[in-house]
Amino acid sequence: MELDAKIPSGPIEKKWEKHQFDMKLVNPANKRKYKVIMVGTGLAGGSAAATMGELGYDVHCFTFHDSPRRAHSIAAQGGINAAKNYQGDGDSIYRLFYDTVKGGDFRSREANVYRLAELSLNIIDQAVAQGVPFAREYGGLLANRSFGGAQVSRTFYARGQTGQQLLLGCYQALERQVAEGTVTMYNRHEMLDVIVIDGRARGIVTRHLVTGKIEAHMADAVILGTGGYSNVFFLSTNAKGCNVTATWRATKRGAGFANPCFTQIHPTCIPQSGEYQSKLTLMSESLRNDGRIWVPKKAGDDRPPHQIPDSERDYYLERLYPAFGNLTPRDIASRRAKEMVDAGHGVGPRKNGVYLDFRDAIERMGKDAVSERYGNLFQMYAKITGEDPYEVPMRIYPAPHYTMGGLWVDYNLMTTVPGLFAIGEANFSDHGANRLGASALMQGLADGYFVIPLTIGNYLADGPQGGVDGNHPAARDAVREVTEMQERLLAVNGNRSVDSFHMELGRLMWNHCGMSRNEADLKEALEKIPELRQRYWREVRVPGSGADLNQSLEKAGRVADFLEFAEMMCWDALTRDESCGAHYREEHTTEEGEARRDDENFAHGAVWEFRGAGEEPVRHREELTFEYVPLSQRSYK
Amino acid sequence: MKLTLHVWRQSGPRDEGRFETHRMDDVSPSMSFLDLLDMVNETITLEGGEPIAFEHDCREGICGSCGMMVNGVAHGPDDLITACQLHMRSFEDGDEIWIEPWRADAFPVMKDLVVDRSAFDRIVEAGGYISVRTGSAPDAHAVPVPKPDADRAFDAAACIGCGACVAACPNASAMLFTAAKAAHLSYLPQGQTERLERAMGMVATHDEEGFGNCTNHGACQVACPKGISVDYIARLNRDLMKATLTGVGMEGSGGD
Repeated sequence: MELDAKIPSGPIEKKWEKHQFDMKLVNPANKRKYKVIMVGTGLAGGSAAATMGELGYDVHCFTFHDSPRRAHSIAAQGGINAAKNYQGDGDSIYRLFYDTVKGGDFRSREANVYRLAELSLNIIDQAVAQGVPFAREYGGLLANRSFGGAQVSRTFYARGQTGQQLLLGCYQALERQVAEGTVTMYNRHEMLDVIVIDGRARGIVTRHLVTGKIEAHMADAVILGTGGYSNVFFLSTNAKGCNVTATWRATKRGAGFANPCFTQIHPTCIPQSGEYQSKLTLMSESLRNDGRIWVPKKAGDDRPPHQIPDSERDYYLERLYPAFGNLTPRDIASRRAKEMVDAGHGVGPRKNGVYLDFRDAIERMGKDAVSERYGNLFQMYAKITGEDPYEVPMRIYPAPHYTMGGLWVDYNLMTTVPGLFAIGEANFSDHGANRLGASALMQGLADGYFVIPLTIGNYLADGPQGGVDGNHPAARDAVREVTEMQERLLAVNGNRSVDSFHMELGRLMWNHCGMSRNEADLKEALEKIPELRQRYWREVRVPGSGADLNQSLEKAGRVADFLEFAEMMCWDALTRDESCGAHYREEHTTEEGEARRDDENFAHGAVWEFRGAGEEPVRHREELTFEYVPLSQRSYK
Repeated sequence: MKLTLHVWRQSGPRDEGRFETHRMDDVSPSMSFLDLLDMVNETITLEGGEPIAFEHDCREGICGSCGMMVNGVAHGPDDLITACQLHMRSFEDGDEIWIEPWRADAFPVMKDLVVDRSAFDRIVEAGGYISVRTGSAPDAHAVPVPKPDADRAFDAAACIGCGACVAACPNASAMLFTAAKAAHLSYLPQGQTERLERAMGMVATHDEEGFGNCTNHGACQVACPKGISVDYIARLNRDLMKATLTGVGMEGSGGD
C-alpha cells in the first residue's frame, strides 16, 4: 500500500493556492460527460453534490434516508468555526490552524489543516448567501461565541441547531441542482459495495430499501461522504442509522483505513437511564460556557444537590485547569468525568453522571438571559429526564460522539484506491487524535464545497474512464457477493435479534476500547470479537425477506460489518503504544494523569490494510512532520 | 407500567392494513416511545414474526424521520416534541395506545408506519432555495440583517420536514411546511430576488402533489413539533397574491 500524501511544495500559506493552479482542469463543456457518484448527503456529501452539479458534472447522489435532508449532520448543535476575526479578538487563519493542530495532539497533517482554516472563511460567506439564519447582534452583524477549548470567539451558530441550518442550506442547493437536472437523487438506496476495475473505483452496488433490488451503478469516480462509526459502541450520540458499512466495504476493496482507534467521547451527554435505552443524547458543549461542572467531594454523597454546600463541592475542572476551567478540550473533560464517577463521586439514580450547574449563571445574568442562550437545550433535557435544569443541576456523562479515524486520503481527498474519494467524517480528517468543538461542520463543508469539486476535476482530467457498464464481470461479481451475503444473513434463522448482538459488541468495545484502554483489555477484545462474530453468524435471526422494506436486514448487514471493523479498531489501539488526544492508554500517562505522547515512535498516521476477516491487518504509516506548529505537550492549566 | 398497544400493520401500499395488538408488561416511565417500539420489535422477532417498520434516526427530535399518530394525535400527547422525544411518563399504567401512520393521499403508506414523504423534496425543488453558486458569495458581513428578521427567519427555518402538519390537517394540506420554507427565505435580504417566483413555484408543486388546500383550521400549528406559526401561511398567501397581480412567474413578466 503506497501512501503518498501529495502535499504541494512551498510555504504553507501558499500550498492550496499553488495547488489550485497546478491542478488540471476539465473543460466546462466536457464536464457533463463525466459521471460522478456521491454517496451520502450530509454536510460533506450534500455540499459536494450540489457544487459538482453547479460546475456541470453528471452527479448521481445516493442516500439511505427518505430524503437528503435527514443526514445526521442535521443533529449538530453547537456551531461552526471560522477565522473571520469579526470580534477583533486576535483570531486569524494561522491561529485556527495552530489551535487545530495542537488540539488534535499533533496527529494530523499540517498542510490539510491549514487549508481547512483558510476555507473556513468562504464557508460562512457561502452559508449566509444561501440564507442560513446564523445568530446576529442587534446591529445586524453576525454573532460569535467561544466554544470547546478555544480562547477566541470564532464560532458561528444558529441557536442550538447549527447543523440543521447548515444542512438545510446544502439541501436547498442540492434540490436546486436536482431541478436543474445536473444531480440525480437516489433516496432510500444503501451502498453495499465499491466496484473496482483495473485498480480504479468505477461504481457502487446499492440495495433499494423498499423494493430490495440490488444493482450496480457505474461512474468515472466515486466519493464517499458516509460519516463516522461511533455506533460501533451501540450507545452513542449518533443517529441510529449511522454505520461503518460504506467505508468498511471500501476497506475490503483495498482502501486503507487510518487511525480507527481515534474515537471522540463527548463530555456532555445525558447519562444512561436504563438498559432498554437505544441511544444517548448530546447536550451541546456550549453549555460549558456558563454551566459549572462539579461532583460532591465525599464519595457516595446521597444528598440532593441543593443541600450540598459549596465547600463540599468539587468543581474539579476549575480546580485542575484554572486557565481553561470548564472549557478544557473534550478528551480531557471526558476523562476527568469518568475518573470522578469511577472513584464513587457519580451523581443521579445510577451514580453515573456529574453535575452541570447553572445556578451561578442564573444568579449572574438572570433566568431570561440563560433561557435566551440555552432554552431549547434546557427543554430537551427536561423532556428526556423529567427534571427542570433551571431548578436542579443537569447531570451529564461522556458518550461516543465522533470518529476522527476514517479512510486514509491524500491532499486531494483520494483514498488509496484511485478514483475513490472520501470526505467529511468518513475520511481520517484533519482533526488528528482529537477534534475541537465546532470543527466537524467546518471540515465537512470545506471538503464538500471547496476541495473535492476541484480535486475531482484533476483526477477526471486524465481522460474519460468510460466504457464500462453494469455487465462488466467485476460489477456482476460485486452484485452477486452482496446478494449472497444478504441471503446468508436471512438463512441463519437463529434465536437472537440483530440488536442484541449490536448491544453486546457495543458493551465490549466500550469496556475494552473506550475512553481509556490498556494492553490486556485490548488483547482480550481481540479474542472476544471473533467469537462474537462467529456466534452472530450462527445465532442471529433476521426476519422477513430481502424483497421489500426490511429494517432488520438493513441493520443485520451493518452489524456484520461492525463486527469485522471492531477488530481493526482494537489492533490500532493496541499497536498505538502511546497516549494521544482521545486515545488514552493507561500505560502512558504523565504524573498529572494527562496523555503522554511518544513523538519519537508514533508521530504518524497508522493506515490499515485489510487482509481478510479475522486476519491481522497490515499496519502502514504516514509519517507526520511539524514545520509550523512545534511539537509540545498540550497544557490547558 | 403495563400497556396495551394497537399498532397499524400494512405489508405494502396495496395491502388494506389492520391493527395488531401487543400487551407490554414491563414498561419503564423513563423509556422513550421509540425505546418501547424497539422492545415490542424485539419480542416480535424472537416469536418469529416480522417487526413493525417505523422510521427513526436521530432520536432527538431534529432529523424529522419519525412520525406517527399516537391516539389520533400527531407525535403523541405532549406539545412541541416529535414521537422520539415522547417519554412513557406521559402515559398511565394500564393505558391503551393506538399507533398509526400519517394519513394523507400525498403520503402513501409504504409499510406499517412508514409513509412516502418525497413530495416535500419536490416542493423544495420548485424554488425553496436561494440561487447562489458555491464560491460566488460576498463577505458574510456585506449585508447586515436586522436581528428581528434573522430571528423570524430562524423560527420558520426550524421546520424538520416531518409531515405532522399534513397528518393533522383535515384537508391534508402541506401549506405550513411550504410557507415555513418560503418565510425562512423571504425574511432575509438574500431571499428577495426570487421571492415571488418561489412562492408561485412551491405552491404550484404543492397542489400538483395532491395536498389539500388550507382553510385556516390551525391544526398544523398545534401539531408542529417546532411550534411553527400559521402566520407564515398568511405571509405566503400575500406573496402569492402579489405575484398573481404583478404577473410574476408567468412568461415574459418582470415582477415589481
